[in-house]
Amino acid sequence: MAQIELEPLGQLPPSAASERAAVGPRPISVGWTNKTTRDLLAHAVLILGAALMAFPIYMAFVASTHTLTQTLTGLPLLPGDRLVDNYRQVLSEGLRNYGLPPIWPMLVNSIVVALVITFGKIAVSILSAFAVVFFRFPFRMLAFWIIFATLMLPVEVRILPTYEVAASLGLLNSYTGLTVPLIASATATFLFRQVFMTIPNELMEAARVDGAGPLRFLWSILIPMSRTNMAALFVVTFVYGWNQYLWPLLITKDTAYYTVIMGIQRMARASDFEPQWHLVMATVILALLPPLIIVAAMQKQFVAGLFETEK
Amino acid sequence: MQDKRVTFPGIVVPLALLLPQLAITFVFFVWPSLRSLQGSLFEQDAFGLSERFVGFGNFARILSDPGYLSALGVTFVFALATTALAMSVALALAVVADHAVRGSAVYKALIVWPYAIAPAIAGVLWWFLFNPTIGVLPRLLAPLGIVWNHFLNGNQALLLVIIASAWKQVSYNFLFFLAGLQTIPPSLLEAAEIDGAGAFARFRAIVFPLLMPTTFFLAVVNLVYALCDTFAVIHATSAGGPGTATTTLVYKVFRDGFEALDLGGSAAQSVVLMLIVGALTIAQFRYIERKIHY
Repeated sequence: MAQIELEPLGQLPPSAASERAAVGPRPISVGWTNKTTRDLLAHAVLILGAALMAFPIYMAFVASTHTLTQTLTGLPLLPGDRLVDNYRQVLSEGLRNYGLPPIWPMLVNSIVVALVITFGKIAVSILSAFAVVFFRFPFRMLAFWIIFATLMLPVEVRILPTYEVAASLGLLNSYTGLTVPLIASATATFLFRQVFMTIPNELMEAARVDGAGPLRFLWSILIPMSRTNMAALFVVTFVYGWNQYLWPLLITKDTAYYTVIMGIQRMARASDFEPQWHLVMATVILALLPPLIIVAAMQKQFVAGLFETEK
Repeated sequence: MQDKRVTFPGIVVPLALLLPQLAITFVFFVWPSLRSLQGSLFEQDAFGLSERFVGFGNFARILSDPGYLSALGVTFVFALATTALAMSVALALAVVADHAVRGSAVYKALIVWPYAIAPAIAGVLWWFLFNPTIGVLPRLLAPLGIVWNHFLNGNQALLLVIIASAWKQVSYNFLFFLAGLQTIPPSLLEAAEIDGAGAFARFRAIVFPLLMPTTFFLAVVNLVYALCDTFAVIHATSAGGPGTATTTLVYKVFRDGFEALDLGGSAAQSVVLMLIVGALTIAQFRYIERKIHY
């Protein structure tokens, strides 16, 4: 089947960007000095905002490069020379005295869990959006509303019964338990539904004339055409999966299944009693890097994903 | 949904395609929620061996429980303050970034990235910055005569989790406000400027009303975030304390369910939360539907 070139679907710009482009940047028709002052003020506010965002993480990084004594006796404002030692120690040892595993296996767990959740969500949502858009069957609307219901029921409002279900299915302390219950997604399903609804009927008729069945149509046409949406969804969902906290906390008692985000809580709690802040902050940095790198590297897809999943 | 769509025939295939999503949704979302509904109407002993129908007894009990009312109050203050703080800082930054100053793309990148940070980590970062003995901020506050100790002072602990929760949410709000601002036609603002409207008058009369849909949408998203996702901020830092100063509704459900083992009460609390979150979600979707039809 020939490669079909179509515009990427579901791109956002919901804006008056076209008018802006035509008019050019908003002219500020006041005097020269006035404009300069205003620009300086704008830069000042934006620098302050950027600093406010970076400050806590910068201080965490600084703390992670000093000895414990230095963090306790007035933390310097510049990084120290213990970067390699501290990070090596958390990765291989962690806070062993508190019965906590090293950070390395926690990071591996986090990556596995985040990737399974991400690809699971995308796969499951594509399949259900495909079914809802390209088939007519009884209870179609009912299925749609059941999926919608997940939006109203975040794990926080059904903590105990969901835990009981997971326990009765033997999912405690398992990767299945950490991932599968988080794979259902109304937002991703709605996103793909929107995308699929813009597919012209002619395209599907052509595919059918060529003898393509539903699965062939899904695999050879719909999935390649929704690549940009999948990339956008990937960023947002990876961040979501990596940052999970309450659910892993509920269903893992065995430290071998800890993810790094929940491991930090145990370390911070231990550190309230016997300070180990240099190690806790090294863990914080390690735990925030993977999602941060993905958001920074795929910023365009990330912004698109944010708008697509919320609108 | 439109009906002009050409479709494939068959019933078995679509149902099979829907099965994974529906199965997970039913087992882990719908069924536990129904269990909560049912549990909220019964009184169970701690071992789950016997139960007795009590109607709305559990609801009446939690609503007259000072601990629950305190959590309700804390949640109210916490959610409103977090939402207001996260939204106002984001709006201010977005308004400034919307002006075409040099390097605004760089600023945008620098403001956006904390989106990637987990609420739990946001909490621990600020918990460290405000640490009474070694934190940077208490050292700065000391000369002002402010003694910071969130282990002892409940208001300070609440302020700390509000700051941490709002900090993490600024980037999200910033992106949506910026997108909203960029839909405002420049011609409108120029016309007002020609009529002699100053920057503040233009913001109040044109920008703010046109941003109302975005503001409403963000308010709902932020309230849901403050109700639910901030569990991680609180659990990873203050653990609801000191006393019950930072015990929100979700934190209380968690603690009562797992530590106090009050199953009926916990179920009733879950149902109350479901109602609140459900109402907010419906409000959000009604707004989106309306916008689509314009």
